[in-house]
Amino acid sequence: MRMSKLVRTGADLLYPFALIFGLYIVMHGHLTPGGGFQGGAVVATGAAIVIVAWAYEDVAGMIRKVTMKAQESAGLLLFIGSAALALGLGYAFFANVLANSGSLFGLSVPFGPNPGELNTAGLIPIMNFAVGIEVWGGLTIILLYLLSGLKKEEGT
Amino acid sequence: MFWNLPFIAVVALSLIGLATVVTKKNLIKIFLGINIFEAAVNLFLISLGYRDGGIAPIFTSAPSTEMVMATPQALTLTSIVIGVATSALLLSFAVIIWKKYGTIDTDQIRRLRE
Amino acid sequence: MNGFLVTHAPALLIMLPLIGAFAAPFIGKVSPKVRSAWVILIMTLTTLTALLLASDVFMYGTRIYVFGAAAPDLAVPLDSGGIPIRIIFTVDAMSALMQVIGAVCGFAVLLYSLSADRIHSGLESFYTLFLLMIAGIMGMVSTGDLFNFFVFLEILSIASAGLIAYRIDGGLAVEAALKYFVLSTIGAMVILIAIGIYYGEYNALNIALIASRMQFTLLDQIALVLIITALAMKCGSVPMHFWTPDAYSMAPSSVTAMLVVASQASLYGLFRVVFTLYNVTLNAMTVGWIIIILGVLSMVVGVTMAIPQKNVKRLMAYHAISQTGYMLLGVGVGLAVLGNQPLMDSFGYIAMEGGIFHIINHAMYKGLLFLTAGAIFFRIGTYNLNKMGGLGHSMKYTMIFFIIGALAIAGIPPFNGFASKLMIYESVFAFNPVLAIIAMVVSILTLASFVKVFHSIFMGPKLPGYETVQEAPVPMLIGMGVLATIVIAFGLFPQAVVDGLIAPAAHALADQSGYIAAVLGGA
Repeated sequence: MRMSKLVRTGADLLYPFALIFGLYIVMHGHLTPGGGFQGGAVVATGAAIVIVAWAYEDVAGMIRKVTMKAQESAGLLLFIGSAALALGLGYAFFANVLANSGSLFGLSVPFGPNPGELNTAGLIPIMNFAVGIEVWGGLTIILLYLLSGLKKEEGT
Repeated sequence: MFWNLPFIAVVALSLIGLATVVTKKNLIKIFLGINIFEAAVNLFLISLGYRDGGIAPIFTSAPSTEMVMATPQALTLTSIVIGVATSALLLSFAVIIWKKYGTIDTDQIRRLRE
Repeated sequence: MNGFLVTHAPALLIMLPLIGAFAAPFIGKVSPKVRSAWVILIMTLTTLTALLLASDVFMYGTRIYVFGAAAPDLAVPLDSGGIPIRIIFTVDAMSALMQVIGAVCGFAVLLYSLSADRIHSGLESFYTLFLLMIAGIMGMVSTGDLFNFFVFLEILSIASAGLIAYRIDGGLAVEAALKYFVLSTIGAMVILIAIGIYYGEYNALNIALIASRMQFTLLDQIALVLIITALAMKCGSVPMHFWTPDAYSMAPSSVTAMLVVASQASLYGLFRVVFTLYNVTLNAMTVGWIIIILGVLSMVVGVTMAIPQKNVKRLMAYHAISQTGYMLLGVGVGLAVLGNQPLMDSFGYIAMEGGIFHIINHAMYKGLLFLTAGAIFFRIGTYNLNKMGGLGHSMKYTMIFFIIGALAIAGIPPFNGFASKLMIYESVFAFNPVLAIIAMVVSILTLASFVKVFHSIFMGPKLPGYETVQEAPVPMLIGMGVLATIVIAFGLFPQAVVDGLIAPAAHALADQSGYIAAVLGGA
């Protein structure tokens, strides 16, 4: 069940912007309101717009279930892996070993009014990123399954 | 009285939600009732975290006044995330029930008893 | 190395199943065999970690683990003003016991499942959900933080609901899962309200901190009622039991055995809240009697509903309700005399030990019984008792395992059910003779019911159509054998088990100040 050409073109145009905005929310999760789940949900909304505007078969090639599943598992593995990183270095599970270390995301937070330094907060941006791609994959796959289920019913 | 308003809303919302779950026959409406109940619980948690005159606990550019504890917000966020997973699973159950039984009326989803 | 493992064992118990669960879809891409090897490896490591941690906890006392801290045992950060702000795992003897139950049952069930569930499709998700269930159980029984308890409870519910619905079975399994999941979602939300009440009152989520500040105001009583209701529903006690037979009978048998463990984890949560969070501040007699009445109702209703069942798994599910009643009865009696030291010493601790011993026994023999039912289903494809018969000729080992499980559940010596039931009878008789008599009658009815089941499944001539039935595959037999060995071992040496495992757990559960001191320091 495709919607009109106007809606389909609009959805196509919106999709990259939804992606970029969602990823922006993910990557700035440690500085501004938002974070992995919220950003991932925004990205999945972009996918939802496309799926609703086009028919399920049209998007099946573009948004693949296999990719999304892999993305979900990879995000979760990255999350647990970054939590387990601390174990290898002799700290407790989930300890933020990268914060203030000077390496990746390791700058210390500046004092006083400032727009926010992206390169801070240690493991938190990495975990936000992990959760972001996990939610992106997870919510998209939920939408794909729900919509593919309904479509078959209409056909019969 | 005024400061109790959120809690009155919590009680009202949870009663509405539970009443929906108990009285409605349509699966989707039951799920909406569960969602309303979840919203009530989230409202309860978030209103627990309110402190009069408190500011957001952001490290930079913080004036030296009272900050609120971020825990209730974190709890609410977690609960919302769990709520999304719950709703998704419930809805996918509804899809399968619709495919297999051809109905989402709870009066007719009773094949287990037979 | 050993020190590292023991120190980080509480976190590893969560981490290993989670890594296993999330990597399983990738590893399943290689081949199903590799995936089986992977989940077995993960489960073995988890079991070993649980055993290692338990041996340490039983020798040296409670272990805590602070997530995200610079050092794992730094419960109270130096600049926090004496308040533990991080998520803490508190593993005392009771938690360690539950972890061992979860890990050993999980291991045996996994061995069984690798062979029994091979016929299904979509197995990568199956083992992901299975390992998530293990992670949920481990988290629930070891967490020292109320909100964290809720999170792991939800992980467990979502994974269990997915697994119950796994064999869609013309929608029947989904219907059962729907019933379970709607109830458990509402239950979890009710628990969250109670947690919110505690947070609003005491500004804390840490169980030890709330326990040390507990006032038992009206709000606390409301929260207690909410939590007892929700967790009694989750562990399948009458009058909130109606999801149990549906969910237990429609899930794959391996999952049903894990659901039994999951319901014990909810039971653990109930005991933890009553004993550690409230302890003597509550009116022990009243709450104790409430739990006793829940227990007696579960025993009686469960067994009477079980007798007329035609579906063997539904029958076993009703028996599971009835056995949950024994645990509630035993621990409820212990609670009722809490704070009264002479009574506690004369029979209170024995009642609690009986109840806790019954938890571990129940997880073993009930798991075993569900697995035998699954093995029979695997070969003949039905759960209907009227269509079974004469299987004793071809499925000898399954029959032996069934006999072991059935005699254990009925409380016949020398099996483990006898040991724990005897402790419950003795101590409950000292508390109130009527309750002990009810418990014995229920036990006799259980025996009668299982004799009937045994007869209709295994006895008699070979039925037409079942001539070609073979013994269950070897991995399934090994899985059942692990549980059966434990059932017999616990039955032969009950005193050693009680002294070594159960009594420390019961004392740890009743000892609120020890729990608080372990987290907050020796105040």
